[in-house]
Amino acid sequence: MSTNNTELTVVAFCCHYCAYAAADLAGSMRLQYPANVRIIRTPCTGRLEVEYFLKAFEHGADGVLIAGCEEGSCHFKEGNLIAKRRVSYARQYLKESGLEPERLRMVNVSSAMARQLTDHIKDMVETVRKLGPSPLHRATSLTQQEIRS
Amino acid sequence: MIVAERKSIPELLDILAGHKNVLVLGCGTCVTVCLAGGEREVSIIASALRIASRTRGLGLNISELTIERQCDNIFIEQAAEAIEKADAVLSLGCGAGVQAIAERFGKKPVYAGLNTKFLGILEERGVWTEKCAACGSCVLHEYGGICPVTRCAKHMLNGPCGGSREDRCEVRPDRACAWQLIYQRLKNIDQLERLNKIELPKEWDSSLSGGPRVIIRQDHRI
Repeated sequence: MSTNNTELTVVAFCCHYCAYAAADLAGSMRLQYPANVRIIRTPCTGRLEVEYFLKAFEHGADGVLIAGCEEGSCHFKEGNLIAKRRVSYARQYLKESGLEPERLRMVNVSSAMARQLTDHIKDMVETVRKLGPSPLHRATSLTQQEIRS
Repeated sequence: MIVAERKSIPELLDILAGHKNVLVLGCGTCVTVCLAGGEREVSIIASALRIASRTRGLGLNISELTIERQCDNIFIEQAAEAIEKADAVLSLGCGAGVQAIAERFGKKPVYAGLNTKFLGILEERGVWTEKCAACGSCVLHEYGGICPVTRCAKHMLNGPCGGSREDRCEVRPDRACAWQLIYQRLKNIDQLERLNKIELPKEWDSSLSGGPRVIIRQDHRI
């Protein structure tokens, strides 16, 4: 994976009932958002575990965005609230491990909020761009360079 | 069950300094239930250690395994191959589990990845509370099933102390007064007369103050 700023990767876990539908709507509305985002559909953000976020970073993500339903509107009542607490817990792990916690963020949108979702994505990509590539990339690139030399 | 809590990642990195191939070993019993050292926590801590190793350039090679019970030789055997391959073991078992692994693998460094806290129960989702101090001589029958040794901050056998406010402990106002609970419970089961008895000082020789305790059941020995 490249360390070039234009090729940063943000993994977006999108809830099937809101953010994924909002992303679909964004497509229908021809709304533009950065191509850095890799969307993964999830049945509910409450299905996401702390290790999913850490594994995403381990496997090369520069940022991870969790997009769930608006608070109080979860299809499974409180999945998004569970996700919110897990994101907060995972951010603590990131901090302890030497990664900026800002690389992991949760946002809430409804299925009709295509524009807000694209704004959230743009903002997340911009945040990650400012932070630069994940230090894990740099570590990997260094190792590869060392191997080459 | 035994309740434990994780150590921080920087603390674990300090503990593991000097090792390259580390096995993070989970336990499928108490620490799984208290969400500190089961399969999921092994996965999370191993991931966090890998990330930390790469951001700091430590070159750690982390492997993962969870066995049913770390305090039992039969189950430890299942981890033997993985333990032999590793330079060191980071056990996410309780203190007993860590020591059982260390005793079984005499030449392998075995480290505790958790802080073992207490014997307790799951009070509500995400909340564990201490219920037993393992004093070795149970007095629960005298107190309506509520342990003053563990749950009274002053360990009073003849309470209450007089400092409690309403039903709150004066030492920790966020905790219930154990003696208020004892009174209420004895009243509910019509055994309030038990409170008339003056309890003599407790015999502590069955507790840890006499050194590590051993139980031998001759009927089960071979």
